[in-house]
Amino acid sequence: MNTNFEPKIVGILCNWCSYTGADLAGISRIKYPANIKIVRVMCTGRVDPTFVLKAFQQGADGVLVSGCHPGDCHYVDGNVKAMRRAPLVTELLKQMGIEEERFKLVWVSASEGEKFAKIVEDMVSDLKKLGPLVPVGGAVKHA
Amino acid sequence: MYGCGDCTTACVLKNRIPDPFDEGLSKRSAAYIPFPQAIPLKAVIDQEECLLLKKGKCSKKCVEACSREAIDFSQKEAVRQVEVGSIILATGFELFDARKAPQYGYGIYEDVYTGIEFERLTNSSGPTQGKILTKKGEEPKSVAILHCIGSRDENYQKYCSRVCCMSSVKFAHLVKEKTDAEVFEFYIDMRTFGKQYEEFYNRVQEEGVNFIRGKGAEVAQVDGQLVVRAEDTLLGAYREIPVDMVVLNTALVPRHDAEKVAQIFGISRSQDGFFLESHIKLDPVTTSTDGVHIAGCCQSPKDIPDTVAQGSAAAAQSLAVIATGKVKISPVSAWSDPDICSGCRTCIPLCPFKAISFDEGRKVAEINQAVCKGCGSCAAGCPSNAIFVAHFNNQQLLAEIEGVLA
Repeated sequence: MNTNFEPKIVGILCNWCSYTGADLAGISRIKYPANIKIVRVMCTGRVDPTFVLKAFQQGADGVLVSGCHPGDCHYVDGNVKAMRRAPLVTELLKQMGIEEERFKLVWVSASEGEKFAKIVEDMVSDLKKLGPLVPVGGAVKHA
Repeated sequence: MYGCGDCTTACVLKNRIPDPFDEGLSKRSAAYIPFPQAIPLKAVIDQEECLLLKKGKCSKKCVEACSREAIDFSQKEAVRQVEVGSIILATGFELFDARKAPQYGYGIYEDVYTGIEFERLTNSSGPTQGKILTKKGEEPKSVAILHCIGSRDENYQKYCSRVCCMSSVKFAHLVKEKTDAEVFEFYIDMRTFGKQYEEFYNRVQEEGVNFIRGKGAEVAQVDGQLVVRAEDTLLGAYREIPVDMVVLNTALVPRHDAEKVAQIFGISRSQDGFFLESHIKLDPVTTSTDGVHIAGCCQSPKDIPDTVAQGSAAAAQSLAVIATGKVKISPVSAWSDPDICSGCRTCIPLCPFKAISFDEGRKVAEINQAVCKGCGSCAAGCPSNAIFVAHFNNQQLLAEIEGVLA
């Protein structure tokens, strides 16, 4: 296995909790791997399964969707909608031969900067074990 | 004008129905005046209990007694639709059911009361005309008051109910004022946060109330004698104190139907189940739905001064919305393209704010942008990709994903 492998992670974070939580990790100067690139949405309820597939298609090795804790959603229950869509995404990924560990849905509140850093760290180390995403069936990877 | 109350004494069910206002400690009839400060102070008929309304058979003693011929059994509950510019929710709270913590013996031993029952007991219009009496009708020689029953407790509610420290101190003061009993208060911490609260606490300490720092662990009965067991954390000792009466000051909890109410008004709840304000410090009376304000204990446990302040703030903010006649909306909002929309209605139940309606004429979904908050749940669910969320539409987000991976 290539030990120098640095996984690329796309983080889709909700504006109110997780994006602010990631921001807190930053302003608290908590170190976490730079492997994650963040895309902000207003709510995890906005996350169309297509976004996750698009990220994998574009060469991501992992996708992290993070929102407010259940019951804390700024839009009443957008995170619950994300939670309901997550198994669909996992199922789709499995059918495509993409390991389900590459997709994660987590809850990070605006005060959980440290938790966010920990999640990214764990995800990076898990993906390093898993290696780069190799699509089955010889499909050519973009980027 | 006050009701004469003649029907309440004439009712054939007189002293038969447990009075919920007295927490069931006294009994009333089916025709009753709800409570001494009711507005209007007039009798009503309990349609759940009234024999005529329930079984269609009664000697109608109340009608005989009523000299004003005011009783009309044909009146029915009516639902009216009222158009309004803003709504204030002040639905209040419920008390933690002390039966859920059986270690405190509520409902098992006589003379274990909840705070609200004790409140009725000491009230001059209550079941004992304000006398503090045990179930046997005797004045207690010692009373234990237990704080934090169901609050500040990992097993029940984690939060502090705020009002119980002060009401417990008040209870102790009332017992000292009305009886010669010894009073023991079991507390975790004394939270006397309000104006003149600490002064009152000091005064009650001087009245000779025994304050024991340690949460009551158990209420037991040993040979017919109630005993409170607790660890006194100041002495560092385990204590068992025999008492004649126990008052459990229970936690303030969200109403059982809070979830349903939140759904109806499209507002969120915080993790503890109370209604969620827009901002915990800077916007404590507005909610995630414009025009819906919250006040009082439906937002979080609070005492009377705080409730009055929040109620006034909610009223003022409601009026401000109505007076300006304009509502500021966020630039992030969704729009449905009628040329693409297939009219499948998938988006309609997805909207937490009920902003999407169906145009029956054109058979397409329509989003009310004044109500939309821009969360994008509808756009993620739309199978035709007909919904565009300003600043967060599909093309923008997909391009962003491409960009971060480039």
